[in-house]
Amino acid sequence: MAYSDKVIDHYSNPRNVGTLDKNKKSVGTGLVGAPECGDVMRLQIEVDEATNTITDAKFKTFGCGSAIASSSLATEWLKGKTVDEALAIDNMEIVEELALPPVKIHCSVLAEDAIKSAINDYRVKNGMPELEMAKSHH
Amino acid sequence: MLKLPIYLDNNATTPLDPRVLEAMMPYLTEVFGNAASRNHPFGWAAEEAVDYARDQIAGLINCDPKEIIFTSGATESDNLAIKGIYEMYAQKGNHIITTTTEHKAVLDTCKHIEKIGGRVTYLPVNSEGLIDLAELEAAMTPQTILVSIMYGNNETGTIQLIREIAAIAHKHGALFMTDGTQAVGKIPVDVQADGIDLMAFTAHKMYGPKGVGAMYVRRKNPRVKVTAQMDGGGHERGMRSGTLNVPGIVGLGKACELAKQEMAADAARLGAMRDRLEKELLTLEESYVNGSVERRLPHVANISFKYVEGEGLMMGVKDLAVSSGSACTSASLEPSYVLKALGLSDDLAHSSLRFGLSRFTTDEQIDYAINHVKEAVTKLREMSPLWEMFQDGIDLDKIEWAEH
Repeated sequence: MAYSDKVIDHYSNPRNVGTLDKNKKSVGTGLVGAPECGDVMRLQIEVDEATNTITDAKFKTFGCGSAIASSSLATEWLKGKTVDEALAIDNMEIVEELALPPVKIHCSVLAEDAIKSAINDYRVKNGMPELEMAKSHH
Repeated sequence: MLKLPIYLDNNATTPLDPRVLEAMMPYLTEVFGNAASRNHPFGWAAEEAVDYARDQIAGLINCDPKEIIFTSGATESDNLAIKGIYEMYAQKGNHIITTTTEHKAVLDTCKHIEKIGGRVTYLPVNSEGLIDLAELEAAMTPQTILVSIMYGNNETGTIQLIREIAAIAHKHGALFMTDGTQAVGKIPVDVQADGIDLMAFTAHKMYGPKGVGAMYVRRKNPRVKVTAQMDGGGHERGMRSGTLNVPGIVGLGKACELAKQEMAADAARLGAMRDRLEKELLTLEESYVNGSVERRLPHVANISFKYVEGEGLMMGVKDLAVSSGSACTSASLEPSYVLKALGLSDDLAHSSLRFGLSRFTTDEQIDYAINHVKEAVTKLREMSPLWEMFQDGIDLDKIEWAEH
């Protein structure tokens, strides 16, 4: 399969690979996917409570080039966004940006899920109610 | 200067040896006759070339030249042997025994046999890819007409206990056929000593051209016959009609002659190279050899790297032409059925690489491959949440994964 230049770039030079301290109250962690499905993404955000802004984002992904690129791109987009803005990120924006073929759309869905899951983790930690996760595309 | 990518997928196909091409050239140009033309020198020259090739092939596998039937390749030979035996021996029985790790050319042919009323037993293999001889013995029935078990496996290189298997088949009155595609020309295959009644093999896995193969069919003790699967001019003792591919056959013959001369030296050199590659790659934590280490084709290594994903790994080793345990067919990502039969989990099967070395592989290429794979695996593991969890001592099987 031919990968787009952007996928190859993110795969070769992934942005924000790493780990944030998941025990910190300001950090939200999302772990989505399953090893037997061939993709596991862990996406973490650090939120400044006063401004509700994401100050840092890190990822680690077990998966194909498109999955790695989707999560790498997601961390780039998350930094500097408010939590509400982050919630509005749609998987199709990732598909468009990375020019993912139809068989790789699930990688972008996983990235969107990881963002929402990280935000939910942050919300729960900070006494806010969990948001309903849209499962429609599963 | 090293040329990239490096070709290490020689179980898929090998490059043509220039000496083979040289032998073929006249038959692609001035000596163009039809080997079946009996009335003029054009036909005679072609027939002579075919006869010479038959001798060369017979010399490699220790048979009578008349026992070689030319085909288009190993897939056709597998089909012809299994379907041909099933039809020819219908009076005797309808049961065939094979294994779960055969090539699709055998497995799908067996499925076809089941559809038309035959009975097929698919023997499982152990973690090394070997069948249990006692299980084979137990599966034999008076209706068993054929045992078809491959010589060396295409994915792992595992070599079955061919002589023992042949003896069991014969003890119960069945014929023994083997798919010798990966073994012939790479290790000594002797149809007499091994007790082989039928064998499929092909030129392009041993530095010959694509599109030509052969089927060995025993003529004595016992005399084996197969029903032709294609109607026509009755070539090849009536078993395989169709104008002979003379240049291809000349190429197969030359490839066999070279194999006979160089096989032992090639096997020693490639075996040492393969062992070095494998030893180096196994210095990576959580990497495993798939198949038998003891009984294995000398030029093959199949290694799984845990906690990295197969497709990502293939992308990471872009400077190598290798195969992965992911049969990445269009949309679906199916793990290799051969590795699964060895008991590998889906994820370990996905994260495997198959290295197939050739006569033309160099030490320099192997050095490059070692570093390239090490770098890719290390980089992907640094990026892998599963690797981090493993390092932290978390049992991944105890995690409730959100399936998607």
